[in-house]
Amino acid sequence: MSKSLNLFVPAIGVTTLALGLAYGLSSRDYGAQTIETLETRVQQTEANVARAIADAQAAADEAARLQTERDQLEQLAAEAAMSGSNLTDPAPVIEGKYGLGRTALSEEIAAWDVDVLPDGRGLPVGQGDVFTGEEVFVDQCASCHGDFAEGVGNWPVLAGGFDTLANEDPVKTVGSYWPHLSTAWDYINRSMPFGAAGTLTPDETYAIVAYILYSNDLVDDDFVLSNENFTEVEMYNSDGFVVDDRPELEYAEWQAEPCMVNCKETVEITMRATFLDVTPEGGGDSVMNDATTSDSPVFSASASAEGSDDSAAVEETGGVDPALVAAGESAFRQCKSCHQVGENASNRTGPVLNGILGHTIGAVDGFRYSDVFQEANAAGEVWDAENLTAFLADPRGAMAGTKMSFRGVREEADIAALIAYLQSFDE
Amino acid sequence: MDEFFKPSRRSFLRGSAAVAAGTVAGGAAAQGTPDPLITDLQDWASYTGVGVDETPYGLPISFESDVVRRNVEWLTASPISSINFTPIHALDGTITPQGCAFERHHSGAIELTKEDYRLMINGLVDEPLVFTYADLERLPRENHVYFCECAANTGMEWAGAQLNGAQFTHGMIHNMEYTGVPLRTLLREAGLEAAGDLSDKWVYVEGADASSNGRSIPMEKALDDVLVAFKANGEALRMEHGYPVRLVVPGWEGNMWVKWLRRVQVTDMAVGSREETSKYTDVYEDGIARKWTWVMDAKSVITSPSPQMPITHGQGPLVISGLAWSGHGQITRVDVSRDGGITWETARLGKQGDTKALTRFYLDINWDGSPMLLQSRAIDETGYVQPTKDQLREKRGENAVYHNNCIQTWFVNEEGIAENVEVS
Repeated sequence: MSKSLNLFVPAIGVTTLALGLAYGLSSRDYGAQTIETLETRVQQTEANVARAIADAQAAADEAARLQTERDQLEQLAAEAAMSGSNLTDPAPVIEGKYGLGRTALSEEIAAWDVDVLPDGRGLPVGQGDVFTGEEVFVDQCASCHGDFAEGVGNWPVLAGGFDTLANEDPVKTVGSYWPHLSTAWDYINRSMPFGAAGTLTPDETYAIVAYILYSNDLVDDDFVLSNENFTEVEMYNSDGFVVDDRPELEYAEWQAEPCMVNCKETVEITMRATFLDVTPEGGGDSVMNDATTSDSPVFSASASAEGSDDSAAVEETGGVDPALVAAGESAFRQCKSCHQVGENASNRTGPVLNGILGHTIGAVDGFRYSDVFQEANAAGEVWDAENLTAFLADPRGAMAGTKMSFRGVREEADIAALIAYLQSFDE
Repeated sequence: MDEFFKPSRRSFLRGSAAVAAGTVAGGAAAQGTPDPLITDLQDWASYTGVGVDETPYGLPISFESDVVRRNVEWLTASPISSINFTPIHALDGTITPQGCAFERHHSGAIELTKEDYRLMINGLVDEPLVFTYADLERLPRENHVYFCECAANTGMEWAGAQLNGAQFTHGMIHNMEYTGVPLRTLLREAGLEAAGDLSDKWVYVEGADASSNGRSIPMEKALDDVLVAFKANGEALRMEHGYPVRLVVPGWEGNMWVKWLRRVQVTDMAVGSREETSKYTDVYEDGIARKWTWVMDAKSVITSPSPQMPITHGQGPLVISGLAWSGHGQITRVDVSRDGGITWETARLGKQGDTKALTRFYLDINWDGSPMLLQSRAIDETGYVQPTKDQLREKRGENAVYHNNCIQTWFVNEEGIAENVEVS
């Protein structure tokens, strides 16, 4: 409905009323004065009418302009919709039906509708025991899943893995993970064996499922599974699932306007790609990456804020190779949980390491050293590149009895970098 | 000449060779030496090319032979039940060509003709029906662009930086323009009176291949935007994407987009099929699994520069480009960081207005040659901000496989070589 029509209605109303009034008054027989007065009034009324018409015209013009503007916006919106995902107006919704397709016959439904629901609906009549199951399994399934359902190569493991779900690499088997037994029956019946799906009889499927239950120690070796007792089998992890709770756990928290500047003080590379060339040109295994994190620069907020050419944040280096110092800073992450360096460093689990090179061993104020360090201190031994390198490479080997539980720096390059980094801090 | 133009991903990975090549190409003109490509008469400017009868159906020119789907053998037991990866690093725009769109099969891709195709609608319907392919073509159809992402995309990266390339970390995704009939039209043809209250009903959808891949979808979604599709990017679906008919479940994990769709059953409960219980469920740190995690949350990745797309031109103008998407609707903003998340800049969206479809973004910079830690962060219409890997791990631990939508980091060094890394 156009806005312009709405605007016209009051304007036309005013005009009609004014004209009607003028006509009614002029048709009566009054005196000349009265007529003059009336004529004046008519003139005034006519002027009013003219003004009203002009106003109406202006309003109509404005309405037309708005209408044009709206049409243009609508067209733009339509174009945007066309270039977006909704490329077609929605398919029409009709009252009746299109009458396409034909009735599915019961034989056809029986052939395709074979899925089994968690409550057992859909199971055919039949049964199978563990021993028969083992025979069928070894014959039909074991080439991929192993004789004991333990899995061959990358093929799925079907048995075991109990109490591993909270581990880093959970072993998710029919026994340890699957919440419904119906899933196993349904999947084996419809999709297995791999390469000959749909060829098992119901009894064979019951037998295979019974054997898988047995291989998971969920039933005894005399167990017979049938459509009768199917739903009585209790699955180990039946309570192990909850419905998607990302909306409560995550979405609510992750909708804040994100930080744009100075979001972190520094950023370090903590891990580099494990596989450098995933699909090598000549085929074969992926090529591993031999780069270490110590080769990488550290990014800092100050460098970014200044828009510096060199994003690598390098502290005072005292004539040492800046790249080596930067690498050392990165490598020092291994030490940070126990040691501090720098201006406000204090003793923590380990002593402050400022000015360590050239410093007497075991001499940081206020730190309680192990016996081996106290002995070195008493002997007046001093940290130099050589003994520090040996200590960093193998702490317990170099200083037997040290309290430092660190296993040692694996990469030789990291040790040199660490020493360079430590050298950049005076006592 | 061909050898010169042939892109060598390998030399990129080795690094210095690629940088040198880039320098040479720009150098000839800079030194004032006339470019023989311009001054000399070239073969292609003199001899005739191939005729119109040469390629009835065209393939990419041979120089682009590197831009292909790639399979990583050791990831799965057999290529017949496996996945390959879309070369997203080398594509631009938003539409994925069918020929390089990732494949995921559970029992291999099958050849099913239109003539042999049948679609059954059964279960809690007034009249169970069988449709032929020709029937589907007679129903009102719609066209929509949607992304299809495997729930396992980026799954390898939960525990740490693993695979070096956007193709491998983020390539289980494609984005096509689908032509199809809304599923609700087919359900209405069969009639839903028999189903009664629809709010607790489901449809179970199943494929015709040997894996008989099947998933339960809540009726609300089935009646909303699910499509029974038979064309993609204007032409028939490819065999590997479910020719002749596949299901399109916008914004939800790819496993639900059942290929070779043969049956839709209205049920009163989720079937609990293998693919919705033993697979495509998410075990959190406490060992408790999340089921029915259908929606693909907002995610993005920088496709170039990236490990397979190093910077070969040295300092100066650089186009940083990537993809963003959300199963919750439209992408409204993408931020890019060059310093591992200390500072963010809002990128230019290449095309706006798509819902549940890939959005292309660009950040055009003047690279000074200093190392970068490149990251992108997508924000969708719900206000959801793509999380960091640490944020995800804090909520879920590292046991999960699916739904890793973390912020990805590429370390780009002074030479322009990029590598998949994790940052503090």
